[in-house]
Amino acid sequence: MDQSYRLSDVGLINRDKKLSFKFNGKTYYGYEGDTLASALIANGVHLIGRSFKYHRPRGFFGAGVDEPYAIVQLYRNGETEPNIKATEQELFEGLEATSVNCWPSVNFDIGAINNFFKMFLPAGFYYKTFMWPKSFWYKVYEPFIRKAAGLGVASTKHDKERYEHKYEYCDLLIAGSGPSGLASAYAAAKNGARVILAEDKARHGGTLLTSDANIGNQSGKEWADGIISELKEMPNVVVKNRSQVFGYYDHNMLVMSERISDHLPQTKKYHPKQRLWYIRAKEVLISSGSIERPIVFGNNDTPGVMLSSAAKEYLKVYGVLVGRNPLIFTNNDSGYETAIEFKKKGVEPIILDTRKDPQSEVVDEAKNLGINIKFSYVVVAAQGYKKVKSADIAKISDDKEQLGTVENIKCDCICVSGFWTPTIHLASQSGNKTKFNEDIDAFVPGTSKQNETTLGAANGTYTLEETLKSSFETGHELSKKITNNNNEISFPNVVEKKSTTHDKFWCVPLPEGKNYKRFLDFQNDVAVSDVEIALKEGYRSIEHVKRYTTLGMATDQGKTSNLNGLQLVSNIENKVVPNVGHTTFRPPYTPVSIGAIVGREVGKHSKPTRKSPMHSWHEKNNAVFVDAGVWLRPRYYKQGNENLFEGSKREAKNVRTNVGVCDVTTLGKIDIKGPDAAELLNRVYTNAWLKLPVGKARYGVMLREDGIVMDDGTTTRISENHYHMTTTTAQAANVLSHLEYYLQLVWPELNVNVVSTTEQWAGAAVAGPKSRDLLQKLFPNSDVSNEGLPFMGYMEGDLFGVKARIFRISFSGELAYEVNVESDNGNFMWKKIMEVGQQFKIQPYGTEALSTLRIEMGHVAGSELDGRTIPYDNSLEGLLSKKKDFIGKRSLTREAFVAEDRQKVVGVVPLDKKTSIPEGSHLVKDSNAPLPNPKLGYISASCWSVEHDNPFSLAILKDGKNMIGEKLFVMSPVKNKVIPVEIVSSHYVDPKGERVRS
Amino acid sequence: MLHIKCPHCGMRSQNEFSYGGDATVKRPELNKEVTDQDWNNFVYNRKSLRGKHLELWQHLSGCRQWIKVERDTATHEIFRTLKANEDNS
Ligand SMILES: [Zn+2]
Repeated sequence: MDQSYRLSDVGLINRDKKLSFKFNGKTYYGYEGDTLASALIANGVHLIGRSFKYHRPRGFFGAGVDEPYAIVQLYRNGETEPNIKATEQELFEGLEATSVNCWPSVNFDIGAINNFFKMFLPAGFYYKTFMWPKSFWYKVYEPFIRKAAGLGVASTKHDKERYEHKYEYCDLLIAGSGPSGLASAYAAAKNGARVILAEDKARHGGTLLTSDANIGNQSGKEWADGIISELKEMPNVVVKNRSQVFGYYDHNMLVMSERISDHLPQTKKYHPKQRLWYIRAKEVLISSGSIERPIVFGNNDTPGVMLSSAAKEYLKVYGVLVGRNPLIFTNNDSGYETAIEFKKKGVEPIILDTRKDPQSEVVDEAKNLGINIKFSYVVVAAQGYKKVKSADIAKISDDKEQLGTVENIKCDCICVSGFWTPTIHLASQSGNKTKFNEDIDAFVPGTSKQNETTLGAANGTYTLEETLKSSFETGHELSKKITNNNNEISFPNVVEKKSTTHDKFWCVPLPEGKNYKRFLDFQNDVAVSDVEIALKEGYRSIEHVKRYTTLGMATDQGKTSNLNGLQLVSNIENKVVPNVGHTTFRPPYTPVSIGAIVGREVGKHSKPTRKSPMHSWHEKNNAVFVDAGVWLRPRYYKQGNENLFEGSKREAKNVRTNVGVCDVTTLGKIDIKGPDAAELLNRVYTNAWLKLPVGKARYGVMLREDGIVMDDGTTTRISENHYHMTTTTAQAANVLSHLEYYLQLVWPELNVNVVSTTEQWAGAAVAGPKSRDLLQKLFPNSDVSNEGLPFMGYMEGDLFGVKARIFRISFSGELAYEVNVESDNGNFMWKKIMEVGQQFKIQPYGTEALSTLRIEMGHVAGSELDGRTIPYDNSLEGLLSKKKDFIGKRSLTREAFVAEDRQKVVGVVPLDKKTSIPEGSHLVKDSNAPLPNPKLGYISASCWSVEHDNPFSLAILKDGKNMIGEKLFVMSPVKNKVIPVEIVSSHYVDPKGERVRS
Repeated sequence: MLHIKCPHCGMRSQNEFSYGGDATVKRPELNKEVTDQDWNNFVYNRKSLRGKHLELWQHLSGCRQWIKVERDTATHEIFRTLKANEDNS
């Protein structure tokens, strides 16, 4: 029947808005303001899934973030998401969810066979059994485990939703909007502090929503509503619901995930689904409350066994009865509060109290209401498979060791209260040294390491009046220190029933001859017996016990299981809990979706994209682009149906025969100015720089202090104290930092300034035998003849009214120039070069042709200068000055660096002059040698030589100097290739370098 | 994420900085004889301290200045930050 467990006169749901939803294919109805859990319970649905190991039926255990059972697969707007807690997921129209970990269905589950063999699945079972034989792992164990275990299924589709990141600063971040959060936020806000108040649930108020205490003659909820609406009006306050502060990091940086659209059928246009907040707070107030602890008894995982606070929340917030014959099993007064709420709604609860004779206002009220209370009683075991049908109960002796006669009583739910555990996760993450509080049998925050204060129940304070008082005070004092305001606020009158102390009882002994499973961790099926086995097998550290048994390792991170696990270990070990210690709390407190962590940095936005000023021209002219670091560069300009190989070959050939133009804007450029500029260059480069004349460029290599080549490039002396340095595209940022390091820290006496001008200049390399003719037409007023502008010369020119820098430098090995203009004129320059170049058969060329040209010239680049090679390896030893010192010079005398058979760059040609050589392949002497075949070197770069019309590669080869003419084998196990090759000089074209000087 | 006070710009988040290692290491002077051992120590050998550590950071996405940061490597507490040319004694 439709919502037959829904009460008509209680709850905070919106009964005017009925919503339909589907669970496991069946349609149900609920109301706006429901969670999926409350709506299912309203419909009498308690079987939600199966447990991880034994596939035992699972229902609801809590009503919020602590839920260990009710994990579902959610379907929303054509997308699916695994591992959603039904207790957190708000209901929306059209919501669909299915059970997880059930195969073939939640009612008939094959994996439940594990349950019958549970004697074979004790702690460490997976470690022990599935270890041997190894071959069984892939074929038998893993497929079985994968099918039978595991929670939901992740979508393999691209996530269409948008996630955002936000950075925020505040004076006080307050995590949790229960009584302590509200009071401290209010006091701090009144003092003018910048406050962020974060609540993980949809509704603010925390326990005030279910408490029957009065604050200032209002109900707790009315008071909370009043405070919230006042806070929302204040400009210095940010109030956020559906926002979980899940991580506490260094220097008071906290991260919060805000679920903006998860409660809606679909995300609104332009809205993100979730937003991740990085918050830097001067002070953090942790008001995260506490979570009720279970009492451990037989079959305590049966659906219908749940926390008594959850039963109360379902009743008071959602108007839903979790059962009509509730049994309350408690060791403290909280269970009574739940019973009283049942009783007030005409339901007859039975209370089993482990205590003998508790005296308090709460107990008295229950007695006065005529509730059936059995003192010194315990639940021995729940009975029923898919739902609680009855309970075996017994009297327990005063020493809690002996059970009386076991009786069976009918009930349809068992609401358990084993007292309260403060939620200390955030405090612990902050580095707080937690301490054990004997009064409440739980850890509470101790000494703070960062600016953090824990308030209220999270600090072990369980009375409302005390909580409010200390929270008002803390909020006031902390904000006063920050803002220097001192606005006193009057403390409201609080009326609450007084409670008495709890009983430290937490685990019901097994009756004679019974072997009930008594669970500690409900999601991972860790029972008392598992922990006992782990200890018997010698595990002592709680961290080891945790990993061996998987206690507290599931998606709920042991929120309800932690302390009882510690109790058990300390009982067996005859220690006290504080000596056992708790396992480390690590972020995140609750699971965070990967989408939220990634934010907007997905796909094209995963890194910045830099484009040259000529990019639009390249696009219009069929450039096929390639990522070069963060730059997009044309790889080749496609003509007709050409592929990369054909296109790049055509372009490279045209450079060798006519003239080509290549966009070299991406090269790093550093402007260097100052009277000591030459001295700086002389120290960072390996060659001599003090005598470079104005108007000349020089090629230079710089090393790291360990002697490894860092970068190469040309630097030009523009004027007396002004140099223009170029770096490779990849190292541009590192080289600038490198120069700054030496100027600021090592040689501050040098009077030099460096600044990046990479983006200020657009660059075009004009290369080929006809490049000078073209240049003459571009700069008719300049003398660009071999005498006027010799190799490595520099001049300024006038490009049809635009000021240009002309460098006669060459990367391709041809007669070549590089023209730079201010970025804004880049497109103009490019178009002019193309337009005027027509008569010389100019073609643009991309990075692939650029590579081909430099490889066959034997000009080393990034693939050889790979952070593992020294100048000698690259045949750059001629650039090492013997007369002066430079960065890294001292390292070059290292034994391995001067070894006779030191590796060196060589050329490699396949004997058949046809087979292309894969980059990264190894060079070996004997292709049939037994493995591991000794490796002599590796292929660093490969191309199709346009000059010789056959494949050509560069390699870094051991004793390369003496290997010219040798026949070796290239082996690529990846490509399954063995190619006989000959070693040749790395200078495959124009070995004397005559063309660049022509 | 650390919060580092750049002596030139003020409090900034760690993601504006890049790490530069031990600030007490002195580069041997140019054109001076250096023993293998001294050079080896300068290039490769670093102490992995637990506790107070004077280290270099560059305010890469800010003023680009290299600064010295005195930080506890175990707790991440930052005691003080200095300009490159300030004495760390
Ligand atoms: Zn700065």
